[in-house]
Amino acid sequence: MSMIEIEGLNVWFGHGPDRVDAVRGASFSVARGESFGLVGESGSGKSTILRAITGLAPDWSGRVDIDGQALAGGKRDRAFFRKVQMVFQDPYASLHPRHSVDQVLSETLHLHGIPDIDARVRRLLDDVGLGGRFRFRYPHQLSGGQRQRVAIARALAGEPEILLLDEPTSALDVSVQAEILNLLTDLREEHKLTYLMVSHDLAVIGHMCDRLAVMKDGEIVEVMGVEALRAMRAEHAYTRDLLAASVAPGAQPV
Amino acid sequence: MSETLTLRQWLLTDEPTSRRHARLASLYKGWLTLRGNTMAMFGLGILVALVLMALFAPFLAPHDPYVQNLGNRLQPLGSPGHPFGTDSLGRDILSRLIYGSRITLYIVALVALIAPVAGLLVGTVAGYVGGWVDVILMRITDIFLAFPRLVLALAFVAALGAGIENAVLAISLTAWPPYARMARAETLTIRASDYISAVRLQGASPVRIITRHIWPLCISSLIVRVTLDMAGIILAAAGLGFLGLGAQPPSPEWGAMISEGRRFILDHWWVATMPGLAIFTVSLAFNLLGDGLRDVLDPKEGSQ
Repeated sequence: MSMIEIEGLNVWFGHGPDRVDAVRGASFSVARGESFGLVGESGSGKSTILRAITGLAPDWSGRVDIDGQALAGGKRDRAFFRKVQMVFQDPYASLHPRHSVDQVLSETLHLHGIPDIDARVRRLLDDVGLGGRFRFRYPHQLSGGQRQRVAIARALAGEPEILLLDEPTSALDVSVQAEILNLLTDLREEHKLTYLMVSHDLAVIGHMCDRLAVMKDGEIVEVMGVEALRAMRAEHAYTRDLLAASVAPGAQPV
Repeated sequence: MSETLTLRQWLLTDEPTSRRHARLASLYKGWLTLRGNTMAMFGLGILVALVLMALFAPFLAPHDPYVQNLGNRLQPLGSPGHPFGTDSLGRDILSRLIYGSRITLYIVALVALIAPVAGLLVGTVAGYVGGWVDVILMRITDIFLAFPRLVLALAFVAALGAGIENAVLAISLTAWPPYARMARAETLTIRASDYISAVRLQGASPVRIITRHIWPLCISSLIVRVTLDMAGIILAAAGLGFLGLGAQPPSPEWGAMISEGRRFILDHWWVATMPGLAIFTVSLAFNLLGDGLRDVLDPKEGSQ
C-alpha cells in the first residue's frame, strides 16, 4: 500500500481576481519506505505540494491520502503530526531565535507526549551527529549545517514515518550539503522512513531518491525512475532540457 | 583574581552545560553590551538612585514632607536646613521631592505593568488569529488612538474621580493602543516565519504558539518602547497632577508640586523649578536606558 497517494491535487492562493493557481492536477504516489523526489525550477509549485499536505496551504482540492487516511482542508490532527513531519529549506529561518536547542527539542517531545524527555533529547542529538555539547546553545551559536541538523532532530522527535524535505540543503555550503544528505540517507535506513523530497537540484535528487516527478508551472510533466534519470532517458521535452542543463559545463554530473 | 576570571570564562562560554548556564551566559552577554553604552549606564545609574531614594526616603529626607511652617515659607535655595528652599506652606522642598519619588515610581510601575501587557495581549491575538477578531480588536484600538492622550485621560479621571489610582488607570487606558499596534505588526511578520510553521507542525495550540513563541520575540521591543514611553507616562501623571486631577494635596507628587509653585513662579521660581528638574532628570534617565536596551534586546540585531 502506498504511504502517500495524491490525485488531482490543485492548490491556490488568494481569492477572486487575485487567485494564483500554484499546483494544477498533480498526481503521484509514494510507496512505504520509498524516497520520492519533486524536481522543478523555482515557482513550479513543488514546495506548495508539501505545504498543502501539512495544512500550511489550506486552499486545495483533490485527494490526498496519507497511509490510507484521506486529508481535508487545512486542519490536521495530532495523529497526523505524529506520522508526518517536515524539514524546512532555510535552517536560519526555521529555528526560533530565542530558543536553545534543548528548548526546541524538549518542547517538541512534550507536544508529542513522549516521556523521559531528558534522555530522548540526548539521543536525538546523537542521532543527527550533534553531541551533547550543542544541547544548550542558541541558534546564533550554530553554523548552517548544525542548525539543519537540529531541524532534522526536531522533525524526528515524534518518530514520524514520513519526512517531507523542502530543499533541505539548498541554503547550505556544498561541503555541508553532502554531510546533510548522507545523514538523511542514514536516518532513512535506520528509522524506516518514507521521504518526499523537493529540490531544484537533479544531482541531489539523483543521489537521494528512488523515483521522481518533474514539475513545470504547477503541473507534473513526468514521473520517472532514478535509473532513467541517470541514463538521461527522459520522455518529456522539458525534462530533457533540465537534464541537459544539469550536465552542462560547470554543473555537476548526475 | 583567577576566581573572577574563571567565572567570566564560565559565563562567556560558547558551550553551555545546562539550561541555567545557557540563560546566565546569555544574560551576561546582554549586560556586557549594555555596560558598553555609557549613556545607558548613566540612565540606569539615575534610576537605581531613584529606587534607592524611594526605598530609604524616611532616612534621607531631612524634614517631614507634610509638616508646615508658615513662619518659614518660600525660603530661597540654599537657605539653612533647606537646600532646595521651602514652598508656600513652609514645607521642605527637598524632603517632598524625596518622598515624591515613591509616588512617581508607583505610577510608573503600575502603568508599566498594565498598559504593555494589555497591548501585548490584544496585539498578538489580533495578529495571530486574524480575520474578524483582528478587525474588531484593531478598530477598538483605533478608537482609543483617535483621542489625544491627555484629553482621554482627563475624561477618564473626570468620570472615575480624582486620585492617584484613577490617574494610573486613566493613563494605562490611554497608553495601551500603541503597544497593541506594535505587537500586532511584529506578530504578522513572526507568524509567517518557518519556525512558527515548524511548531504548528508539532501540533502546538494557538495559545501555546502565542505565549511561548510569539511573546518572547515581541517583549524585547515592547520593553524598549515602554522605557522610552516612561518619560511620557511620568509627564502625563505630572500633567494630571498639575491640573488637580491626579495626586491630591498634600501629597508630594511632582506634578502637583509644580502646580502649587505656579502661583509664585516669577518671584519664587525654585518652588516650581525643583520638581520640574526632578521630572526632567527621571524622564531623561528612562530615555537613555531605553535607547541602550534597544541595542541589547532587539532580536533583529542578530548578534544576541
